[in-house]
Amino acid sequence: MKNKSLVSITDFSKEEILRIVELASEFEANPNQKLLDGKVVSSLFFEPSTRTRLSFETAINRLGGGIIGFTDSSSSSTTKGESLKDTIKMVSNYSDLIVMRHPLEGSARYASEQSDVPVINAGDGANQHPTQTLLDLYSIYKTQGTLDNLNIFLVGDLKYGRTVHSLLMAMSMFNPTFNFISPDSLKMPDEYKLFLDSKGIKYYEHLEFTDIIEAADVLYMTRVQKERFSDHIEYEKVKNVYVLRNAMLDNTKENLRILHPLPRVNEIHTDVDENPKAYYFQQAENGVYARMAIMASILGLK
Amino acid sequence: MAKKELSVSAIKNGTVIDHIPATHLFKVISILGLDKSENQITFGTNLKSQLQGRKAIIKVAKKYFADDEINKISLVAPHAKLNIIKDYNVVEKKSVEVPENLVGIAKCFNPKCITNNEEMTTRFALVEREPLALKCQYCEKITDEKHLEII
Repeated sequence: MKNKSLVSITDFSKEEILRIVELASEFEANPNQKLLDGKVVSSLFFEPSTRTRLSFETAINRLGGGIIGFTDSSSSSTTKGESLKDTIKMVSNYSDLIVMRHPLEGSARYASEQSDVPVINAGDGANQHPTQTLLDLYSIYKTQGTLDNLNIFLVGDLKYGRTVHSLLMAMSMFNPTFNFISPDSLKMPDEYKLFLDSKGIKYYEHLEFTDIIEAADVLYMTRVQKERFSDHIEYEKVKNVYVLRNAMLDNTKENLRILHPLPRVNEIHTDVDENPKAYYFQQAENGVYARMAIMASILGLK
Repeated sequence: MAKKELSVSAIKNGTVIDHIPATHLFKVISILGLDKSENQITFGTNLKSQLQGRKAIIKVAKKYFADDEINKISLVAPHAKLNIIKDYNVVEKKSVEVPENLVGIAKCFNPKCITNNEEMTTRFALVEREPLALKCQYCEKITDEKHLEII
């Protein structure tokens, strides 16, 4: 994995994913390891993303590394018309690793081709966000004790949600069963269902969010975004259908954990927050350990 | 038998690329870099064709194309036929086929793709020949025949 960029979750093999998950748990047990002492990490946020940026910067600080960069493109030379290539060429001369968030799809792949140092994709438009997937995998591993043979329910916007697509691709290496719950207009795209068919992985589609969740090991909730709907009446109809309430969790499995990439709006009622099965805030914290693990292994320090 | 009159004169050795859509002749010339070639090249366009209405033909003397070189024209001239000429005789006929990787030929349909916002070379992997589906190596979206544009 040394010196390898992380652009898409499919860049990592099953063994590499498991290695990250193990390393993340080592860092969680012992978070202050100054492995990045004397190293400089560029944090290039061409669009603001407070959650992801703070998570990366916390991880870099805990590892004792230095940070250079910008938090949105208005404070970079992009506003002067500099190309992405030129920015990357310059920054890769200054630093040992680049973390990049960019609104254009494919920008991370291009940056990794232009850079002399590894690039970690912290989100390229609607395309990929692999560190989110790795923190999701770490959260699943930590709460279930395994990644194998789990029954995973994905709920909400399954059409446009890049986190659910990447999670589906990564979990497919571990013989899961999937259940998809979404309105008809936001169903899982065919390309992913064909991919599951080709791997012989079972999946079931549902329109209704009911007691079927009693079979779940992992319930992954996503936000149904208003801007995805051309018809506002349709949005008003579905937005309150896919809401998880505490009462729905009564007969669910003991080991069930509820995940959400955050931010949430109303799809998880606040009465769920106190339930021990709610895991979304710890999930966000796991992001720091997962990112420490990713950076340490890419730089060959672990 | 009536003597067949050639619109474009014959070559002794080289390659004849026939059945190019007339509208795409100059695209083919540019993709193959023939505009920079030192070889003797003759071409004709708006010729009658039973197959296509109006076709173009290119004859390149003393040049034989490698498959991956000639396959680059398959997106603009999918029905092109190659005649390999040796000593005025056709010694081999070939068709073109969409290659597994396309570099700098097609445009990604996704307006939010980096390739449409930065001066750079596009790269696609072939997913399906029929119907055509190309996967952008950057944004990972599929461009199909309906949305295909040649650069």
